[in-house]
Amino acid sequence: MLTISTGNKAVAAAVKQAKPAVVAAYPITPQTEIIEQIANYVAAKEIETEYIPVESEHSAMAACIGAAVAGVRTFTATSSHGLLYMHEMLHWAAGARLPIVMANVNRSLGPGWNIWAEHTDAFSQRDTGWLQVFVGTVQEAYDATLMAFRIAEDERVILPTMVNLDGFSLSHIMQSLETVEVGDFIPPHHLTHAIDVDNPMGYGPMTGPKDYYRFRWDIERSMRDAKTVIAETEAEFASRFGRKYGPTEDYRCEDAEVVVVSMGTLGREAEVAVDILRNEGVKAGSMRLRWFRPFPDLDLKGREVVVVDRDYSFGFGGVVAASIRAKTGIECYNVIAGLGGQEVTYDDIAEFVRTRRIGEEHWFGVSE
Amino acid sequence: MSSISEIPKEEYLKPCTAACAGCSSSLCLRYVLKAAGPDTVLVIPACCTSVIQGMYPNTSFNVPVYNIAFAAAAACASGMSKAFRSEGKQTNVIVYAGDGGTVDIGIQSLSGAFERGTDFLYICYDNEAYGNTGMQRSGATPLGALTTTTPVGKSEFKKDLDLIVAAHNPPYMATASSAYPLDLYRKVKKALSIRGPKFIHIMAPCPPGWRYDSEKTIEIGKLAVKTGMWVLWEREYGTLSVSGPSKTAMKKPQPIDEYIGAQGRFKTATPAIVAELQQAVERNIDRIRKEEEGIC
Repeated sequence: MLTISTGNKAVAAAVKQAKPAVVAAYPITPQTEIIEQIANYVAAKEIETEYIPVESEHSAMAACIGAAVAGVRTFTATSSHGLLYMHEMLHWAAGARLPIVMANVNRSLGPGWNIWAEHTDAFSQRDTGWLQVFVGTVQEAYDATLMAFRIAEDERVILPTMVNLDGFSLSHIMQSLETVEVGDFIPPHHLTHAIDVDNPMGYGPMTGPKDYYRFRWDIERSMRDAKTVIAETEAEFASRFGRKYGPTEDYRCEDAEVVVVSMGTLGREAEVAVDILRNEGVKAGSMRLRWFRPFPDLDLKGREVVVVDRDYSFGFGGVVAASIRAKTGIECYNVIAGLGGQEVTYDDIAEFVRTRRIGEEHWFGVSE
Repeated sequence: MSSISEIPKEEYLKPCTAACAGCSSSLCLRYVLKAAGPDTVLVIPACCTSVIQGMYPNTSFNVPVYNIAFAAAAACASGMSKAFRSEGKQTNVIVYAGDGGTVDIGIQSLSGAFERGTDFLYICYDNEAYGNTGMQRSGATPLGALTTTTPVGKSEFKKDLDLIVAAHNPPYMATASSAYPLDLYRKVKKALSIRGPKFIHIMAPCPPGWRYDSEKTIEIGKLAVKTGMWVLWEREYGTLSVSGPSKTAMKKPQPIDEYIGAQGRFKTATPAIVAELQQAVERNIDRIRKEEEGIC
C-alpha cells in the first residue's frame, strides 16, 4: 500500500507487522513518535503486544532481555542519551545472544543539549556486539526494520540488531512509503536457548577465561556469518518486494575516480552532489555505507576517497574514515560535518570533493 | 503448616554450592525454592548468589537462573514475567537480590517494576553490606558497623527499604529471617499465591562480614528478632500483622547489647552509638505496633 509517512512512523509500521510479543520503551526526542505509535497500536488492539512503559532506557533493554530469554520477540526504540544509558545492557543482550531489534534515532550527545542528528551515539556502541544498519529514506527505515527481525533471529546470527535513522532529518520528515504484505518473510520466532523450567540451566553465570573466550569468538563468528545472512535476506526481500539493498548504496560509482563515502541522510545529499560534479566533468560517485556492523568489504581501490563523518572520535578522527583506513589501507580526505544537526547541503558536499586534500582532516565550518 | 517437617523434601539447591560456611542467604534460598517449586525462574543481579550458584558449565540450582547486571534485576524480571504471561504461562519469576543491588544500584528498577504492577516476587536478602565484593558499605549497613569502606564504623543509619517499597502499595510485602525458616516458607507461599508485585525482605546474617563464628548464624538471626533489631511482619493489601516470633519479642524486647556484642563489626561502636541504635529499635517497634493497632 502506498502512503506517506515519517521515518518514525515507518519504523512503527514495520514493528506492527513483525508482531513482537513485548515492547519495553522509554521516551526520548526524537524517537518518541515510534513508541507512541506502538502504544496506540496496542491500545487499539491492532497488535497483541505487551507494552512495558519502563522507568529508564537501562530498564528498557533489561526488560527486553528478560522477555527475549523467555523466548519471545522483542523491540525497543531509543536515541542519543537513551542509547548511552543502555550501554551496559547492550553488551548484555549481545553476550546473551538475544535477537532484540531496536530502532535508534541518531542524535547528538550533551552537553550542551542538542536534539539534532549525529552518529556518535550509535558509534559509541560499536563494540557491543550489535548489528548496526543505517538508513537514508523513510522507505528504507521501514524495509530495514522488517529485515532486522529476520536477520537478528536467523540461527546463524542470533544477535541483537540496531536500525539507525537520522534524528529529524529522517525521523520527522514525510516521504512516500510503500508497505508490503509480510507473509512468511519473517518466520515465527524460535529461540533455541530460551528458558525452559523443565530443563533448568544457569544463564550467564561465572565463566572462566577459557569458556568466556570461546563465547566471544562465537559472537564474532556469527558477526561474520551475518554478512551472508544479510545478503540472503536483502536478496529475498528484493525478489519478494522489488526493493534492492546491499551493504552500501552505490551511486554512479562504476567509473568514478573520486568517491564520497557517507552514512544516513547525508548519503542522499551526496548523490545530488555527484550529479553536480558530473556536470562539471568530475568523475564522482557516492557510496552510502548502510551496514556499520558487520563492517562490509568496500571496493574503493584505485579511487580517491572523501569521507564525510557525522561523528567524531576525539583524539583520533572521524570514525568512518578511520574504519575505511583500517580496513582498506586507503587514505582519504576526512570531512567532519553535520555534528549536532549542522546543515550540510549537496553544494557543500560537492565543494568538499572539489577542494579535497587526501590525507587531511577538515572540520566543515570551522577549519580553513 | 506448623512444623518444619511439613516442608517439601524436594531440593532445588544442590548440596554443593560455593557459599561460605554458615551462609544464611543460601539457607534462605533453599526454603524459598522449596516454597516456589519447579515452575520457577530466579533472576539474580550481581550479588553473593552470583557466586554461590557455581561456575559455568555447572549450576548448583535446580531451577533456571538468569543472571543480569547489577541495576537491572527488577526490570529484567518485568520483561520475563510479561513474556511468560503473554504465552499463558504462570511460571514464578523471583528476583533474589542482595541489599546493595536492592537499596542502592537497583532501587530505580525495583521502584519502576513495582509501580507498573509487575507480577513477580522480589526478595532482598539483606546482609547489610556488599558481601560479594568483600563487605563494603551499602545503604543497608547499620549505624556504627565496620565495613571495608567504613573503617571507623558507618556514620549514618540504615536506609529504610521497607518504607520505600510500602510507598508503592504492593498487594503483599513481608520481612523474614534466616533464623525462622518456617515463617519464611509460609510467606513465600503466600506471596506467590497473589498476583502482582510482592516483596520479601530477609535479614541474612553473614559470618565473615559481620565477624562472628559461622556456627552462630542462626543464633545471631534469632537475637536480631528477640532484640527487635529485626521485626518479622507481613502486610497484605495494606494490613499489617506482626509475625509469631516477633509478637513474643515485642512484648519485652531484649536490649540490643547482646546482639551488638556478638559481632565484630560493631567493636568500635561507642556506647552513644549503641544508645542511638537502641532508640531506633524502640521507634521502629512503636511504629509497627501502632500500624498494627490501626493508630497510624
